[in-house]
Amino acid sequence: MSANLAAFLYLVSGVLFIQALRGLSSPETARRGNVYGMAGMAIAILTTLFSIRIEFGSLVMILGGLALGGTVGAVIARRIAMTAMPQLVAAFHSLVGMAAVFVAAAALYAPEAFGINNADGSLHMQSLIELSLGVFIGAVTFSGSVIAFAKLNGNMSGKPIMLPMRHAINLALVGGAVVLVFMLIGTHGVGASAQSLFWILTLVALIFGVLLIIPIGGADMPVVVSMLNSYSGWAAAALGFTLENTALLITGALVGSSGAILSYIMCKGMNRSFISVIMGGFGETAAAAEDDGIERTVKRGAAEDAAFIMKNAGKVIIVPGYGMAVAQAQHALKEMAVKLKEEGVEVKYAIHPVAGRMPGHMNVLLAEADVPYDDVFELEDINSEFGSADVAFVIGANDVTNPAAEDDPSSPIYGMPVLKVWEAGTVMFIKRSLGAGYAGIENPLFFRDNTMMLLSDAKKMVEEINKAL
Amino acid sequence: MLAIASAVTVDPFVFRLAIFTLACFVGYFVVWSVTPALHTPLMAVTNAISSVIIVGALIAASAHAFMGSDAEVKAAFGMTRLFGFIAITLASVNIFGGFLVTQRMLAMYKKKG
Repeated sequence: MSANLAAFLYLVSGVLFIQALRGLSSPETARRGNVYGMAGMAIAILTTLFSIRIEFGSLVMILGGLALGGTVGAVIARRIAMTAMPQLVAAFHSLVGMAAVFVAAAALYAPEAFGINNADGSLHMQSLIELSLGVFIGAVTFSGSVIAFAKLNGNMSGKPIMLPMRHAINLALVGGAVVLVFMLIGTHGVGASAQSLFWILTLVALIFGVLLIIPIGGADMPVVVSMLNSYSGWAAAALGFTLENTALLITGALVGSSGAILSYIMCKGMNRSFISVIMGGFGETAAAAEDDGIERTVKRGAAEDAAFIMKNAGKVIIVPGYGMAVAQAQHALKEMAVKLKEEGVEVKYAIHPVAGRMPGHMNVLLAEADVPYDDVFELEDINSEFGSADVAFVIGANDVTNPAAEDDPSSPIYGMPVLKVWEAGTVMFIKRSLGAGYAGIENPLFFRDNTMMLLSDAKKMVEEINKAL
Repeated sequence: MLAIASAVTVDPFVFRLAIFTLACFVGYFVVWSVTPALHTPLMAVTNAISSVIIVGALIAASAHAFMGSDAEVKAAFGMTRLFGFIAITLASVNIFGGFLVTQRMLAMYKKKG
């Protein structure tokens, strides 16, 4: 295949990837978009295979790698529970990061294979900088995603881990990385010294990735997952420059900006700056706040009471949160909504942008339970409707309904957009305990007269309500 | 005309930078138009497409030193093929896993009725 034809086909594949994302603007076009994405990937892979000379041994390795990785990927994709999607995405990010590290290593070890060497076998300074960027971001993506995975999967506590002098350590690591890149440029990418510098740089980046994620608490995970998504894109883009590949460049830019926008949306959903999320530690300092010594009482309710009130309501708005995902309560919840609709009750769902552990987490779970997507509304579209609702049914959410965000300037979440559930006739909270939310803040709603606390496991409680309906 | 064309050669890097910059803008507008309900599938599919890095891995896995290269170069190429194999495997997990899990998720989104 001529180099021009190959370059043209890489461009086609890049355009197909743009179409894949474009399709996601609505659920109707999304499936076709995904097919475009697959086609783009197939074109990119075939173009590469037909433009290089492959010896038999290499062909075996290529087909073996594709078959091995493909099988593992397909099995995971079939079996994974929808509630485990955040950790799966984190795990996938780590693989992109690791692949980027190995591709960068390959470009350094055998620049001739990529056609990026000078006549004497050395590398351009420009290639070395691109390659260093690629390996640094790739390694940070890898180790950062591993930590994010461990936190999301419960292998590691979601509590922030605050090392002393962590900002100084991080700065030193970045400074060290810059020095290593200069030293790498000094070697012109030739010989054992270049290779050891490369691996030291990888190690520094790996440590930096770990330190970057450990101080970030559970509630900030949607930002972390989006941020790592963005990094995996920038790593791919950096290598796109090194390998002079248009498909990689376009994809890297798409994924990089996608992750950046999602991070921005998540930060806005929490009214926090990106910097403060990265600095970490949210939920540590705020924990002790709000103890004014006044004995307050809550009204506890039983499933029968909740069922009776909702059956006689005109309109119920359901607010799902991470607790619903943990309890796997989405199917029972759907059943409840169907029963209520049969009673003539209008049922809608309200989703806060940061509900759950990743962007869109709640929507996927509701879709899994067969909730039609036109019953599901975003915060800005439904917030005005709570006033006309008889019941706000909050299941496993807390901070995203806290009125302190609107009326208590001393609250750590002051200014965060929240769902105004308190405007509904009755607010029902399904929670396992009266504890504070992930942000460590008490919710004054629990103590209001028109609030009914349903203290139980979310799934068990909804099933009991279903029995009573 | 010919004389000018040959005298003024633009570094191809600039063209790549142009593609990259424009693609960032395309990404910006395309992603803002994605409905929030599909943000999770968006992450899964961006995961899958960023594994197009496999093109680099394929080249690495088929790297062969020229005849008569010295032992050091041959060893480096051997390592390169190994790196290529690892990267192909990792990227394949993502490509197959990412697209299939996206497909599975998208199949669940249904309209009323």
